[in-house]
Amino acid sequence: MLGQERIKEITDGILARSTADQTEVVVLAGDSFLTRFANSAIHQNVADTDAEVRIRVVVGKRVGVATTNNLADQALNQALENALAIARLQPENPDFKSLPGPPPLGSAQGRPIPQVTAFSEATAACTPEQRAKGAGSICLLAREAGVVAAGALTTATLEVAVANSLGVLAYCPTTYADVVTVVMGDAGSGYASALALDVNDLDFEVIGREAVKKCLRSQNPRPIDPGEYTVILEPYATQDLVEMMAYTGFGAVALQEGSSFMVGKIGQQIVDSRISIWDDGLDPRGIPWPFDFEGVPRQRLDFIEKGVARGVVYDSYRAGKEEGKVSTGHALPAPNTYGPFPLNMFFAPGDTTLEEMVQSTERGLYVTRFHYTRVVEPTKVVITGMTRDGVFLVENGEIAYPVKNLRFTQSYLEALNHVEGIGREPRLLTGMDGMARDSVPALKLGKFTFTGTTEF
Amino acid sequence: MKTLTDRALNLAQVRGATYADIRIVRRRTQDLTVKNGVVEALSEDESQGFGVRVVVDGAWGFASSAHLAPDEVDRVTALAVQIARGSALFKIHDVKLGPAVAHVGTYRTPVQVDPWDVPWEEKIDLLLKADKGMRATPGVTVASSSLGFVRENKIFANSEGAFLDQEIIESGGGIAALAVDRESGEVQERTHPNCFGHDQRTEGWEAILGMKLVDNAPRVGEEAVALLSADPCPSGTTTVILGATQLALQIHESCGHAIELDRVFGTEAAYFGTSFLTPEKYGNFRYGSGIVNLTADATLPGGLGTFCWDDEGVPAQRVPIVRDGIFCGYLTSRETAQQLREIVGDAAPETSGGAMRADGWRRIPIIRMTNVSLEPGEWEFDDLIADTDEGIYMELNRSWSIDDKRLNFQFGTEIAYEIKNGKMGRMLKNATYTGMTPQFWGSCDAICNENHWQVWGTPDCSKGRPDQVAHTGHGAAPARFRNVQVGMMK
Repeated sequence: MLGQERIKEITDGILARSTADQTEVVVLAGDSFLTRFANSAIHQNVADTDAEVRIRVVVGKRVGVATTNNLADQALNQALENALAIARLQPENPDFKSLPGPPPLGSAQGRPIPQVTAFSEATAACTPEQRAKGAGSICLLAREAGVVAAGALTTATLEVAVANSLGVLAYCPTTYADVVTVVMGDAGSGYASALALDVNDLDFEVIGREAVKKCLRSQNPRPIDPGEYTVILEPYATQDLVEMMAYTGFGAVALQEGSSFMVGKIGQQIVDSRISIWDDGLDPRGIPWPFDFEGVPRQRLDFIEKGVARGVVYDSYRAGKEEGKVSTGHALPAPNTYGPFPLNMFFAPGDTTLEEMVQSTERGLYVTRFHYTRVVEPTKVVITGMTRDGVFLVENGEIAYPVKNLRFTQSYLEALNHVEGIGREPRLLTGMDGMARDSVPALKLGKFTFTGTTEF
Repeated sequence: MKTLTDRALNLAQVRGATYADIRIVRRRTQDLTVKNGVVEALSEDESQGFGVRVVVDGAWGFASSAHLAPDEVDRVTALAVQIARGSALFKIHDVKLGPAVAHVGTYRTPVQVDPWDVPWEEKIDLLLKADKGMRATPGVTVASSSLGFVRENKIFANSEGAFLDQEIIESGGGIAALAVDRESGEVQERTHPNCFGHDQRTEGWEAILGMKLVDNAPRVGEEAVALLSADPCPSGTTTVILGATQLALQIHESCGHAIELDRVFGTEAAYFGTSFLTPEKYGNFRYGSGIVNLTADATLPGGLGTFCWDDEGVPAQRVPIVRDGIFCGYLTSRETAQQLREIVGDAAPETSGGAMRADGWRRIPIIRMTNVSLEPGEWEFDDLIADTDEGIYMELNRSWSIDDKRLNFQFGTEIAYEIKNGKMGRMLKNATYTGMTPQFWGSCDAICNENHWQVWGTPDCSKGRPDQVAHTGHGAAPARFRNVQVGMMK
């Protein structure tokens, strides 16, 4: 770790030397370790140490960005000069208002950056041997069951600091530990994954047993015709619904450009009234991260509240394009043409268990997770993808037998209008691009359209 | 640099490594984006560091750092050794690398105009002109255009005597127009020259000029708006002719990933899955019709997967993958090449096909596509259309999905045209098609000739944990497929 003092030296030095009208320095410094296994043996074991300094300068209404991971003074000065040169040569951007300043005290956003627990000493100190033992315990469970395990175990520390010439100053050290495994037999597979701030909160044996059990149960799947089915989705599958809705519609860019399903729907009922989805970077049930990549304190932002569309996330640039909007604390690192994005989403749990969902189903499909999902039509959130790692036919309140994987082509929005049950035990899972952390429950949906099948 | 590479390799061996390599990488990038007449992003990034890979007690270890200094080289090398010993606790067999690799040399991507020699102002001006051209059509909601350049300097050295110095230069760019019908909520997009508004090549500024972004901008804007009122693609089973860019992605997903031998051996099982092309199919499985010939060629001029040596120091090669429809080759590493020979014997090559590539200094090399291409056929495009009584022509990818053994796929394209009685007819929107890989390629009955063949870049191919993004190339010409299921949009 670089440490707060060394990072402040870097940010202070750049801010002092900059001749721009406004300057922002973002430092991302981290150590990441990953142990990867396949065929019930470790095949890849890696570590990396990096520190990136990202400099954004504003000259009038011109913005330039340069980054370097060379922390020598000469290299940092060169990056600053590059950013200044880039900014000076371009035409003015009339849409750019300003970098964010510290929020004025007394305003809605006028609170100091909250103190959150985001760091675990145990995760930061985790050794290659500890990771090997964690991965090894899953491999051993698979070997004992006569199947094979593949997966990855990650432990990482990340220091994030943002400082700008308007007085923003934010620093937070964070950690996370993540494990994922696919366990495979000759004809069928199972899956399990988990995410925690503290590596000691991951129970590798529990994860291994879940995947092995699912694998053994999914052997020798039978073919089944595509068509419309009731589906019971494990949290892994539910997560895809949340992430695809975020990707297509929970950000300000999609709303402003007209491609979001939220356009013209704010305040209207868009899905079942039992559905609430929000982002909250301060909630300790997730992996807290108290500010965004512009140093703006994160706010809880409701996307859908009891089925009603409420709002989308903003960064300072996108907020500046709309009268009366302010950043919600969801900026990604600049330059970022994709715009703001939620990284700490929560799907409100319900009051049902997976067992009760199965028992209440006359005929349906039980789905472990979705695979390779892609947007077919963004404004209706029509998504295509495959089932994976365990799909079962449910008949007369019981899991009857495993079936071969299916392809679906389905509007997620439409599916969320046929809710028949929401799980009461959410799971915390790593999301899009490894940066997002989502808390999601199981779901039972009355109608879901499968459009194809595959051979396994 | 030689002092540092020697230091790492010596220390690794002193600490017990039976093999070691080090890569020192410096990557510079420039990125520009213009959106609706405004420069939205302009950046110059630089990342440098080194990665040390070792085999100790028959197992792999890898560690990397951004801090290029003797003490840090020592720390990272020692860490790689420690990690390898951890890996050895749960290994099944010892790593075998086959014949030693000890090449020495230098290479630089041949470019006519170094993109770093082109002033920022000229790049911005080009994008602003393209942007204006797209927005000349009323109804274009968002026009965006972008350029991106990569310069990667890479030194590779290993304990077998290799010392290689490469400079890879890439130039990419493209334009995209989005049209939105606010009443219906419908969104349509057209891009040029490749899907998602970006093509990329191992060439200089001349690659950007060849894209003719400004010339194509008005057409792109017009077609985006026209798609809003086009008829939807019908559902059913019909003949499909895929344009070259769509075919490039079809090759990428249904062939390129399926032939990665590490994926076949299960090391990607927990991420994007395995492959149906298992070793018993090697040399005898009918992958496609008799006119289907696929190659993986890392020597292809301009291809985004072109280099001189891979990240194990193995020379770039042209490897046959499918010959006359029969599956006959994999993308391999030194280790997997030996593993394959243990399964199929002398039928497999003795040495690696040279497909190990790492995403910068931070990541360990894994098997990646080079330029996986469909060899050209014999047809002129106009003759192919004239020879088709009924069908749909589809071009430029809009969505893509494939199962975790690379069998069942579904693709959507930006634009399509009805073909009737040998002529292109009305424009169609929301076109999709689906199929199973071997059946689909088995239905290929015509491929256009070299006049219509081009290598396209895919600069955003994800694989591995931690996630690695690779830059791959795919040569293709339009081709015809029979009895394809189309129109899955709900």
